[in-house]
Amino acid sequence: MAQDVKSSAEASPRWAMVVDLDRCTGCQACVIACHAENNIPVVGEEQAAYGRWMHWIIIQRYWEGEYPNVKARLMPVMCQQCTQAPCEPVCPVFATYHNPEGLNAQIYNRCIGTRFCGSACPYKVRTFNWFEPEFPAPLTEQLNPDVTVRSRGIMEKCTFCIQRIRRAEMDVKAEGRQLADGQVQPACVQTCPPSALVFGDLNDPNSQASQLARSHRSFRLLDELGTDPAVIYLKGGETNVPG
Amino acid sequence: MSQADPARASAPSEYGERLLLEARQDADINQAVLQPMLQTGRGFWVLVTILGALVAWGLYAWGYLVYWGIGASGKNRPVYWTLFITTFVFWVGISHAGTMISAVLRLLKADWRRPITRGAEAMTAFALMMAGLYPLIHLGRVWKFYWMIPYPNNRLMWPNFQSPLMWDMVAIFTYLIGSTLYLYLALIPDMAMARDYTGGWRYRLYRALALGWRGTEGEWHKLHRALGIFSVAIIPIFLSVHSIVSWDFAVTIQPRWHSTIFAPYFVVGAIYSGLSALASILVLVRRGMRLQEFLRAEHFNALGRLVMIAGMAWTYFWFAGFLVEWYGNEPVTRELIRQEVAGHLAPLFYLQMSANLIPVGLLAFKKVRTTPVLLLAATLLVNVGMFTERALIVIGSLQRNDMPFNWGTYHTTWVEVSIVVMTFAGFALLYALFSRIVPYVPVWEIKEGRLRYSMRRIGRLLVPTAAEIE
Repeated sequence: MAQDVKSSAEASPRWAMVVDLDRCTGCQACVIACHAENNIPVVGEEQAAYGRWMHWIIIQRYWEGEYPNVKARLMPVMCQQCTQAPCEPVCPVFATYHNPEGLNAQIYNRCIGTRFCGSACPYKVRTFNWFEPEFPAPLTEQLNPDVTVRSRGIMEKCTFCIQRIRRAEMDVKAEGRQLADGQVQPACVQTCPPSALVFGDLNDPNSQASQLARSHRSFRLLDELGTDPAVIYLKGGETNVPG
Repeated sequence: MSQADPARASAPSEYGERLLLEARQDADINQAVLQPMLQTGRGFWVLVTILGALVAWGLYAWGYLVYWGIGASGKNRPVYWTLFITTFVFWVGISHAGTMISAVLRLLKADWRRPITRGAEAMTAFALMMAGLYPLIHLGRVWKFYWMIPYPNNRLMWPNFQSPLMWDMVAIFTYLIGSTLYLYLALIPDMAMARDYTGGWRYRLYRALALGWRGTEGEWHKLHRALGIFSVAIIPIFLSVHSIVSWDFAVTIQPRWHSTIFAPYFVVGAIYSGLSALASILVLVRRGMRLQEFLRAEHFNALGRLVMIAGMAWTYFWFAGFLVEWYGNEPVTRELIRQEVAGHLAPLFYLQMSANLIPVGLLAFKKVRTTPVLLLAATLLVNVGMFTERALIVIGSLQRNDMPFNWGTYHTTWVEVSIVVMTFAGFALLYALFSRIVPYVPVWEIKEGRLRYSMRRIGRLLVPTAAEIE
């Protein structure tokens, strides 16, 4: 048993997401895919305008320059899955914690809603269920059975589609094989039309994500805060990315 | 003859305050304290009804909040904490003055504390009770609050002792238990006194609370020892509570929160607002309960001076923190300071600064310190300023963060305001009822203080003497 734990820890992947800002067109397909995959409620225009949107991934848009020479800079931002996550130590009930694969796991049914993690997160990627989530009529038919439907009063956030990671792991284990690169794809990665999002294991030096992460264009959001995120951005051509 | 007169004449003016009660018999003092408790006018019940109605409305608002979700308050992303946490910090701050007055001044043997200790300790206990509500109210799922309590369970699930919210809970419970015991200890002789002078349900209540106190030498000895130990033990607790509250903010990397000076800054601010609240309450209770004989200009003068000193210390800490943040010139901090000084937070900022600084200047005048109405105005102003300061720290800072896309604003709702008003009314209600059930002025302490001072004739001179009392 102890042997198993040790070997699995050694072989444990370091899941990472690479976001190529050169390729992102801001089409928001990732946002829709994420909503569908993770049972995220749509809160409506009024609530969203008041900062209560629930998107786990959002295309942040920054305007650059003065009219008429204006450029829109688009940057998809999801939970950065920090190695030194500011959200983790502040939770009084361990609802957010670091799992052995280095992911920030969020345990919905342990959360009591202090929102301390939300205040502590510098990326503000955590979303809170301000009201009981509503899924208008046909949407209830497409809820993902692999993902908890959350109640009001709790925090949630991007999980790197941990249900897909687990399913892929179980599938290959049943077949007696190893996980191949690209076999795990979060919903946003699978959907992204220009393939701006790449998901993979940083511990595997040959994975596509690893190779992209070594690019001279790579940077991480608010790297100076020392949170050591697992989301790696690739600079766009002339992009001057804020943060 | 002409030489003896100035000596006689100077005695009452210089020592008169301390000797005022000398002429009165013990039984007179007992009655002077007990009568206002027993005779409650119509005004008192009108007040209780109004406060009760406000509390009831607040409870309805809380029920509404629990039923619909935290969205019924004005919170959003990024402003995850708002008026609830602001008011929480405010009440914890208010609770600091009780211990400040009774424990610190007891240790320093400052005699002017005697008539006001009970009122201060009661303020601590009730303010903490109000503060303790907020960590519950602000929870998304308040019905799961007990998950924060470390209780043995078959799944071996423990709370996270790394979280400042856990420290908060431990500190506040310790302080609440400690200050309640401290309040009660000093109450025992007075309960016995009240027991001996009342009948009916009051007699039965006081008899139970007096724990069979008879006033023997051994009992007094034990009481003084216990109070001595408590006075020393409670000071570190009182310092830790507001430090920990400040760490709720300071341990995060939110700009304007992430500051090492927060702990002493919060403690000093708590003493400033707490002492001010005490002065306000004393002025009001003195009038309401006709305690002019016990709460005199001497006490208000000393208390006002203490408020002024705390205000100066607060100003220093505020400046020390602000200077470093301003000089550091980090982008988001700069933006926040810009919003405070010239942006949408400016009204709050200038309200905070003027309401906190003007009283310091006002209290420099003895006339302000010794005139109840002026003192009330100055100290109420302090608490307006301190509440605004907490609102700026909590709500103001959260509106800006490292990612400009996530900047936000905040609008309050009737639910939030009702709940905040509920705790103010609840505090006043508990305090008002307390003052009718428990002798508001600690009779035994006054009698003890009275024994210290006497005029003695040495030769031809009349000399005031003070005895050492342990």
